[in-house]
Amino acid sequence: MKTLPSVDVVIIGGGWTGLLMAKELGSRTALNVVVLERGGPRRTDDYNDDMDELDYTIRFRMMQDVSQETVTLRHDSSQRALPLRQHGSFLPGSGVGGAGEHWSAVCPRFLPDCFEVLSRTTEKYGSKRLPEDHAIQDWGITYDELEPHYTRADLLLGISGKAGNIRGQQIEGGNVFEGWRSAEYPTPPTKIPYFSSIFAEAAKTLGYHPYPVPAATTSRAYTNPDGISRPGCTYCGYCETFGCMIGAKSQPTNTLLPVIEKHKNVSIRTGAWVRRIVHDAAENKGSARGVIYIDANGQEVFQPAELIFLASWTLNNTRLLLLSGIGKAYNPGTRKGSLGRNLTHQVAFSAVTAFFEKPLNRFMGSGASGIMLSDLDGDLFDHSKLPFLRGGTLGARSARSLPISECGVVPKSVKSTWGSEWKKAALHYYDRTGRIGFSGEHLAYQDNYMDLDPVYKDHFGDPLLRLTLDWRENERKMADYMTTKAMELAREMGAKEVTPFSGLRSYDATRYQSSHVQGGAIMGSSPESSVVNPYLQHWQLSNLFVLGASSFPQNASANPTPTILALTYRTADAIVDRYLKNPAALA
Amino acid sequence: MRRREFLTLSAASIGGVLVYSLDREVFRFSAQTNQSVHIPLRFFTQSEALIVAAAASRIFPSDETGPGAREAGVPIYIDRQLAGPWGRDRYRYTQGPFEENAPAEFGYQGKATPQQIYREGLKGLKGFNRLKAEEQDDTLKQIEATLFFSLLRQNTIEGMFCDPMHGGNIDMVGWQLIGFPGPRMSNYDDVDKHFGEAFRPKPAGLRQVTRRKVRPGEDLE
Ligand SMILES: Cc1cc2nc3c(=O)[nH]c(=O)nc-3n(C[C@H](O)[C@H](O)[C@H](O)COP(=O)(O)OP(=O)(O)OC[C@H]3O[C@@H](n4cnc5c(N)ncnc54)[C@H](O)[C@@H]3O)c2cc1C
Ligand code: SF4
Repeated sequence: MKTLPSVDVVIIGGGWTGLLMAKELGSRTALNVVVLERGGPRRTDDYNDDMDELDYTIRFRMMQDVSQETVTLRHDSSQRALPLRQHGSFLPGSGVGGAGEHWSAVCPRFLPDCFEVLSRTTEKYGSKRLPEDHAIQDWGITYDELEPHYTRADLLLGISGKAGNIRGQQIEGGNVFEGWRSAEYPTPPTKIPYFSSIFAEAAKTLGYHPYPVPAATTSRAYTNPDGISRPGCTYCGYCETFGCMIGAKSQPTNTLLPVIEKHKNVSIRTGAWVRRIVHDAAENKGSARGVIYIDANGQEVFQPAELIFLASWTLNNTRLLLLSGIGKAYNPGTRKGSLGRNLTHQVAFSAVTAFFEKPLNRFMGSGASGIMLSDLDGDLFDHSKLPFLRGGTLGARSARSLPISECGVVPKSVKSTWGSEWKKAALHYYDRTGRIGFSGEHLAYQDNYMDLDPVYKDHFGDPLLRLTLDWRENERKMADYMTTKAMELAREMGAKEVTPFSGLRSYDATRYQSSHVQGGAIMGSSPESSVVNPYLQHWQLSNLFVLGASSFPQNASANPTPTILALTYRTADAIVDRYLKNPAALA
Repeated sequence: MRRREFLTLSAASIGGVLVYSLDREVFRFSAQTNQSVHIPLRFFTQSEALIVAAAASRIFPSDETGPGAREAGVPIYIDRQLAGPWGRDRYRYTQGPFEENAPAEFGYQGKATPQQIYREGLKGLKGFNRLKAEEQDDTLKQIEATLFFSLLRQNTIEGMFCDPMHGGNIDMVGWQLIGFPGPRMSNYDDVDKHFGEAFRPKPAGLRQVTRRKVRPGEDLE
């Protein structure tokens, strides 16, 4: 093994969180920073040729190579887990920019009470209302503390939208239910395509409060506080699962990389696959000493460092901690150990597939252009008589209606799935089909967790991460309720035929249901029940910080990235303002 | 090395056709010729390719609603996919142990690669291309529940609607059928107009739009 000279900072992973931290440290300190990214280099020019549904959407050109590394899944701890042999329910990224390159760029904030679900729910409905096997926790941080950092994230990405609550003043047309914002969105809402606009009309008629989806597919040319300019979105439709060929969709490579490249103290090593974090952890204290990685030539390298950021997304953050023996692995039987607990996904599905008389021209739109409503989100509606807690958003995005993925979807009245009758219907309905999506909260449960798989290995021979994950009654009942609401909306929109969601049964690894996976290295107020403190600093190793949604104690209904970025900003401030002066525990 | 195999098609069946989209727009292709076209095969034998062509044509038939798998070159598309990394299972986690009878929520857990699934599946369809259309439909109904058929159906849809650089959707017949224009750099001026009416720009493939010889994934290693 080759040992390199020590550096001040190593960042494991070059996605949204890793590169944001690299940019902050590069701009605000003289520290010598090295980013280790397992995938290849990327820049906006690489996307000139990418508008190809087959290679990018169907064959997953931009995602993690599952032939090398995947995860295993079982529904409960009595089963033997099986590997997810092909991409399905979520799509991890790889390469500079991570999943932030091929994301959809839907950018809402979390509702304020999401950070305190346990105490707020108990206060209002009593602890008996919580599912018996829940593992819900408060975050140890509040929305009010995070608001300034959310605003920085909005400005960084140039998010397009309409505010519904500026410092407590409600504004019609925006999301009147959202937490307060200190300012209007940096750019106006995206254009609203036809399908989304008829959803907006129907929602208003039914008494809801629809608003434009907050979008980092920016509506017009924008220059952010770092001086980075991006053009406005052209609604090309090749957005989710693609990189944007003009850099209109905010991605780490167009928003962060140009700033990083100006700083000589930051370097990015691609093809650097981290296998272990080396440390001298004692029971309660200790420090990380560096990382071992395999470089692009296949050579094993030890890179010593003073300060380490783990920024390899939820699943690999948890896996690298487990592989490195950092912290105590969670045991669902005794509920002892905190590493790996509170695995959540998101209750996300097409609530209704609606078939219309008129063509919708759905090839035009962006990953985030559309309309959504929050009337049924969080605890914004009374749950005392409902068979579930919490909620989510319903929405009609006009994104990605590419023909391989979408042609062939026909109403139930068509009985065949191939041949002339089906073909006729498939051709007719290709551009007359729209989906109302639901995106809802997934509560944390004691038996949904992660550990290392005893059987299956990655291409280096290291154990794969094992997910033990299934839905509970709360999610199933929420899904049924929201499907009914979506059916009403679709009928009001004038749909000729509607196919409702078939309901949640066991967790289905073949159905894409957002890439919002969280937990494993959760934040909290005590080392017994969390892995990191609210500054994302490891409780035992004070020079190790774990960034990203691995820190979320549970899922919130909204897309996670603005919250992830806000938390990263907050950590960067704590490092620059406090930690560097006194490298010790921040909380 | 095995003998080079070809799929022979009449030019009239893959080009030089009148294409109607459902929105009643008519496109005419100029390649009017009676010559045959010999397309070298990468994976299939010639007889396999003829069976795949026949089966794909029953899944997505050429009929009064417009052209189908035959005109789109679906068997050519499938042949290239199978010969490429996807056919060899380059994109799948293929370490054992395999649990062939796993519940559907875990996705395909078997060991066989797409190449093997096709080769096996086609053995059961010997002489298929010489059957009458109704007999072909009956035969396909019997295998509807197999993994082979679901791959064939999915690949047929891919071959109908992929970018032409992949060998299918020849002359963009698939895109014209449904009014999909292919990659367009900008829809800025149109995205919030044409409400309730079909807006159907003339289709163009990725190589036309970018003026570059983009390499499709099946040609990469
Ligand atoms: C298809 C899709 C659509 C999405 N849409 C939205 C959306 O609309 N809104 C939203 O808010 N969020 C969305 N997301 C989620 C969003 O992309 C993530 O929240 C965000 O990218 C997370 O940032 P991260 O830095 O934690 O992880 P990533 O951006 O994924 O970066 C992690 C990086 O770490 C690298 N890495 C992993 N393991 C190692 C290792 N061992 N050694 C070295 N490097 C390693 C990876 O290669 C990767 O580049 C979407 C995601 C996907 C996949
Ligand atoms: S829809 Fe807009 S943001 Fe998305 S890839 Fe196209 S131009 Fe870029």
